[in-house]
Amino acid sequence: MSKNKTKLMLGLPYYFWSAAFVILPLFMVVYYGITDKNGALTFNNIASIAKPEHIKSLWLAIELSIVSTVICFLMAYPLAMILVKYGKGRSSVLVMLFILPMWMNFLLRTMAWQTLLENNGVINAILKFLRLPLIHIINTPGAIVFGMVYNFLPFMVLPLYNSLAKIDENVINAARDLGANNVQTFFKITLPLTIPGIMSGITMVFVPALTTFVISNLLGGAKILLIGNVIEQEFSQTNNWHLGSGLSLVLMIFIVISMIISAIFDKDGEGSLL
Amino acid sequence: MSSELIYLKNITKSFDGQTVLDDLTLYIKENEFLTLLGPSGCGKTTTLRIIGGFEEPDKGVVLFDGKDITALPPNKRQLNTVFQKYALFTHMTIAENIAFGLKIKGKTKSYIDDKIKYALKLVNLDGYENRMPSTLSGGQQQRIAIARAIVNEPKVLLLDEPLGALDLKLRQDMQYELIRLKNELGITFVYVTHDQEEALTMSDTIVVMNQGYIQQIGSPEKIYNEPENAFVADFIGDSNIVDGLMIQDELVEIFGTRFACVDKGFGNNKPVDVVIRPEDVELVDPDKGQLTGTVTHLIFKGVHYEMEVTTPNGYEWLVHSTTCFPVGIEVGITVKPFNIQIMNKPASEDEEAVHVEE
Amino acid sequence: MTGKILRKIYIALIVIFMYAPIVTLVVLSFNSSKSRAKWGGFTFKWYINLFDNASIMAALRNTLLIALLSAIISTVIGTAACLAINAMKKKGRTIWMGITNIPMLNAEIVTGISLMLIFIILGVKFGFMTILVAHITFNIPYVILSVMPRMKTLNPSTYEAALDLGASNSYAFFKVVLPDIMPGVISGFLMAFTMSIDDFVITHFTKGAGVDTLSTKIYSEVRKGIKPEIYALSTIIFITILVLLFLVNRTPKKVDEAKTV
Repeated sequence: MSKNKTKLMLGLPYYFWSAAFVILPLFMVVYYGITDKNGALTFNNIASIAKPEHIKSLWLAIELSIVSTVICFLMAYPLAMILVKYGKGRSSVLVMLFILPMWMNFLLRTMAWQTLLENNGVINAILKFLRLPLIHIINTPGAIVFGMVYNFLPFMVLPLYNSLAKIDENVINAARDLGANNVQTFFKITLPLTIPGIMSGITMVFVPALTTFVISNLLGGAKILLIGNVIEQEFSQTNNWHLGSGLSLVLMIFIVISMIISAIFDKDGEGSLL
Repeated sequence: MSSELIYLKNITKSFDGQTVLDDLTLYIKENEFLTLLGPSGCGKTTTLRIIGGFEEPDKGVVLFDGKDITALPPNKRQLNTVFQKYALFTHMTIAENIAFGLKIKGKTKSYIDDKIKYALKLVNLDGYENRMPSTLSGGQQQRIAIARAIVNEPKVLLLDEPLGALDLKLRQDMQYELIRLKNELGITFVYVTHDQEEALTMSDTIVVMNQGYIQQIGSPEKIYNEPENAFVADFIGDSNIVDGLMIQDELVEIFGTRFACVDKGFGNNKPVDVVIRPEDVELVDPDKGQLTGTVTHLIFKGVHYEMEVTTPNGYEWLVHSTTCFPVGIEVGITVKPFNIQIMNKPASEDEEAVHVEE
Repeated sequence: MTGKILRKIYIALIVIFMYAPIVTLVVLSFNSSKSRAKWGGFTFKWYINLFDNASIMAALRNTLLIALLSAIISTVIGTAACLAINAMKKKGRTIWMGITNIPMLNAEIVTGISLMLIFIILGVKFGFMTILVAHITFNIPYVILSVMPRMKTLNPSTYEAALDLGASNSYAFFKVVLPDIMPGVISGFLMAFTMSIDDFVITHFTKGAGVDTLSTKIYSEVRKGIKPEIYALSTIIFITILVLLFLVNRTPKKVDEAKTV
């Protein structure tokens, strides 16, 4: 028993840290969100989400993050399948694809897309050379979706990869053995077995996409505001922490829902990122 | 000829440049319980996967009922597999697992329901329809895997070390279960295992494999009593394998002593391997023995005593006997002529393999 | 066979997608024109100027120092926490793993502002320390999540066997447990280090005036135009990591191969 106690004591720094810098700060957001400058209880901060400019930025954020999540899923699933098939025991491919780029600052990488996507940018130059129609997506919601997919694709691929890699090869063989063709095997066996990974991937992409302010700022020009931009401005420009906290609470509803969904589907943490 | 259901002809397969099967030829007869037996890496599982359609051979053809199925995908083959570690669909109920193959084939609901009932009864698990695989024990999951395969009425059931993950007692129960199933269903079983006891208990025919070659094909009795080479003798049961010199037909010299035997045709004064099973080594008074030695080890094994007798040249004979000779005592060794099995020494690795032609 | 070719093409497209901006930045670091849109000829001058630029050098120093310190501290706290969480009963374990997941699943902006608010309440001066604390906070979960799986596969009997053979608790830990979980600890440390270097959002809310990391420096320059020296610095960092990864991947693989053969 005492041996166990020593072990539990080892967690003390972590218990303290979590309480002080994870739990308590979240309560601070709640506190600021439901009080005004004088400390009086109010729901105005939260209710202000209904203001036209706020609700518009929230809807736009939801819309763009759903589109990005769907695109990420459609891109990532085949990729994860290929990586599982050929990359067994060769995780270096995964590292090269998704960890290594992180060593180039993410702001710079996103900025670089600006250079590439610009009306006179590199991509249009190539398209022009190939006599294909040019793209005009810089400073549009399309560019923001592009940036979201670029930045969050790894968060979709890794959980999918993990849950695909966990499927016993013989389970797939068994389905084939029992008469299922490739398509039937995919929809009846592979896809259902990877639902934990899919749910985890959706959460991992949807939440950061919904709440970003950097990508919209860098690729959408200054004119397109997502809910993340609104909140960021309340904190770093207007200094209205109460309003910013109130809007954050609205955002947290979505985050909590996502967390619950992924917790339901992913009981053993099998679809997790690491 | 029509009784040959599966014919593997000159199959060669390698992975990453390593040859796993080398020019393997094998017949499997209808209604036979055939076991592929060998140590891990001998190519037995690869052979099974080629029959099942999960691997395509580099060279050679697979005939099924006289038709070439070498390139046919698994879902088009009239055989089903019971996989190592069961490979049940964990997201489906037991009933859905068993119904999987039948639904794909578009069978009616009432037909499928009947089949599920029948199959569960057959494997002694009636009433388990709505359970999830994860709530079942290993032995139960194994039965479901078998039920899932046999409802499709395959002509051949392939079993890939199906009992490997079970504990000893359960494994023995399942062995009888499998023999019963085989007799009730009247279909061909192709069984892969590295457990020689399992193979001896269940099979009609055993195919002993090593390093991609077939070493010997025969009934369990034949494999046990007349191993064709040192590998088979060593792999199947315990045995004493000693160097001998074939003086002439029916006479072999072991450690300087001449023994009468029943084998002939090896030539004169030819080095050979001699196999003598431990239960065939008889211990007698020192002056009555053909060889003498000292008992150096004694263990009581229940049905018999296991002893080691060291002869003056240092060789330790493994002996099973119901009579006990204490450690340190000097004993004589005799062997009856028909208990001495003579084998050619392998000249090279290639010759170690027995090429089967019929 | 066409499937195989299609798969290769698909991988290639993803690689291009992931690396196109990186190649762009490397090219820009050699562009003598200050404009991102124009190619003004090849030059090394940004690489030379870089070392005279005091503010970039200060940001680099802050970035590396915070990454190193936060990775070390979070690795120690996180590994100790794993031992504790592992010794808990099921319920406690579920709760603490849930708390561990909060910073991972929560939006960065919410984590950022929540930390900002707590620092305001506590009356802490915003600066190097606040950034460091924030980074440790979001790094600990990465450590725990990479050490935990190793810890679970650990056979508790080996630890008990060490105690049985007369080892003290700490001796048994350092000689028996730690070597077993080491791969998890190392990958947790590297993960934490990488995450710290790449972070912008949380740093943005927890930094004080006058203290910058590379990320916040870049963000503040986005509007007025990024100094090409930054491209040069990023290229150096990226190439360094690339070379390191290459070297690390080379050496142990050969040992492994020798073992399996």
